[in-house]
Amino acid sequence: MEQKNYKKHFALLFLLLLILFLTNISLGSVNIPFKEILKTLSGRIATKESWEIIILNFRLPKAITAILVGSGLSVAGLLMQTLFRNPLAGPFVLGVSSGASLGVALFILGTSLFGGFLLTDVFSSWSIPIASSFGAFLVLSAVILASYRVKNTMSILIIGLMFGNFTAAIIAVLAYFSPAEQIQQYIFWSFGSLGNLSWSELSIFSSIYTIALLATLFITKPLNSFLLGENYAKSLGINIKKNKNIILLITCVLTGVITAFAGPIAFIGLAVPHIARLVFTTSNHKILIPAVVILGAIILLICDTIAQLPANEFTLPINAITSLFGAPIVIWLLLRKKKLYI
Amino acid sequence: MGKNGIGKSTLLRTFSKVQKTVLGSIYFDEKNLEEYTENQLSKKLSLVLTERLPESQITVFELIALGRQPYTNWLDKLTNLDLEKVNTAINQTEINHLKNRKFFELSDGQLQRVLIARALAQDTEVIILDEPTAHLDIHQTVLIFSLLKKLVKETRKTIIISSHEVNLAIQLSDKLLILNDKKVLFNTTENLINQNAFTSLFPNNLIKFNKELQQFVINKI
Repeated sequence: MEQKNYKKHFALLFLLLLILFLTNISLGSVNIPFKEILKTLSGRIATKESWEIIILNFRLPKAITAILVGSGLSVAGLLMQTLFRNPLAGPFVLGVSSGASLGVALFILGTSLFGGFLLTDVFSSWSIPIASSFGAFLVLSAVILASYRVKNTMSILIIGLMFGNFTAAIIAVLAYFSPAEQIQQYIFWSFGSLGNLSWSELSIFSSIYTIALLATLFITKPLNSFLLGENYAKSLGINIKKNKNIILLITCVLTGVITAFAGPIAFIGLAVPHIARLVFTTSNHKILIPAVVILGAIILLICDTIAQLPANEFTLPINAITSLFGAPIVIWLLLRKKKLYI
Repeated sequence: MGKNGIGKSTLLRTFSKVQKTVLGSIYFDEKNLEEYTENQLSKKLSLVLTERLPESQITVFELIALGRQPYTNWLDKLTNLDLEKVNTAINQTEINHLKNRKFFELSDGQLQRVLIARALAQDTEVIILDEPTAHLDIHQTVLIFSLLKKLVKETRKTIIISSHEVNLAIQLSDKLLILNDKKVLFNTTENLINQNAFTSLFPNNLIKFNKELQQFVINKI
């Protein structure tokens, strides 16, 4: 397609990303001079060993997680909005996040109800990601099975929403019968957190993320033809069923793995694609995919920076910040432009 | 052509494999339509449908260039040949001035031209248009019909349309397929007039086919 030159946009955004990345790392409960941060990041030895540990084992993985989570959710949101040709679609409407929540809820809240046989390794760092991936996978396969029977994409969207309501109800029932301590633990998970990943978890997370993102590149062409609706896409030689499944699978994997490691993070997946469309005024996925990747990373880094600003020792829940900070932006954009496109 | 609900759109949608056959099978170039993959068929047959496009921000040029998807590589990179075909389609439909507009800014008549250009860019032997003038006033309707007529002459493509514009269709088309409750007629327009095929198209108490004018006229009340 004939393209306007977006190089300037991308260069500026990339610079912004870099600045935010460094700002994010230099902020935290312990005050570390900026020079020391650059020193540590470039592989030299910092003046204090504790600084090095803080930077390399806490702040750096957290900033990288923010970038991966932000961009991954945004890509998933873009895919859903294009597939359903609905500006309100997001990675969570398919029930992926509710599935993950159900998995975690069953794990945390259910153990107290159904005996303690799972309790042996409740607090090992892997159990929550596994429970959440399993739940996400379960609900998503149910939605995909339903999508084989239902052709209409709008119906699939509604089925996803219904699954979400259903799982929310189960969680409510579980919570009602659970002791306060467990409910608190579940609620903390549902706040979302970018900072809990060790390097080994991060390496698994980032390799799944990379595979999903590479797969997205291969479906740029069908995504663009989906902009004309399924009948036109089919007449342009696109295998609808196959590409639909690929899109669902990528979304599922991205959202599943992100929710597993960082909890359910609202808003990003829905809003970033709209922000990207407004900034770049295009619907062409060759531009939009890199645009949402970089914008998603930027926005979650900003949110995370805000989350750790107010108090020195405590950080605010990231899930609240994304909505507090983001919802007004989308409302403002809408008031200015008056219309949402896909 | 035929009256509302007789199955014009159904027939065209079946021809173009948008929907499954109700009964029987369709052969295109001596090959069963079912045996074509999406990509094979997309190089033989292009479509202009009545459905509204989803609200996106694609430009007219991008929309027409999507017509080249059957030929482009996995990255959808446009070669010089692709660009040439797109530009030819733009020139043939005389929409050069609209090229850089977003498609949602266009009027219905302009959008119809753009969609025809997209089908032309797809470079197929056959183009199927389902009621291409459904939302247009009489002037725009005549413009679209004469454009289609011109394209048939210039490009030697087969253009199949369904239409409610009976009078215009009689004047402009080479061959007509008339769907009736009882029978289906397919012949050149001239032969059909001689066969009195049009007299039974609609109930006779309101409008009649006038053979000298080759038009339907309203009965004097």
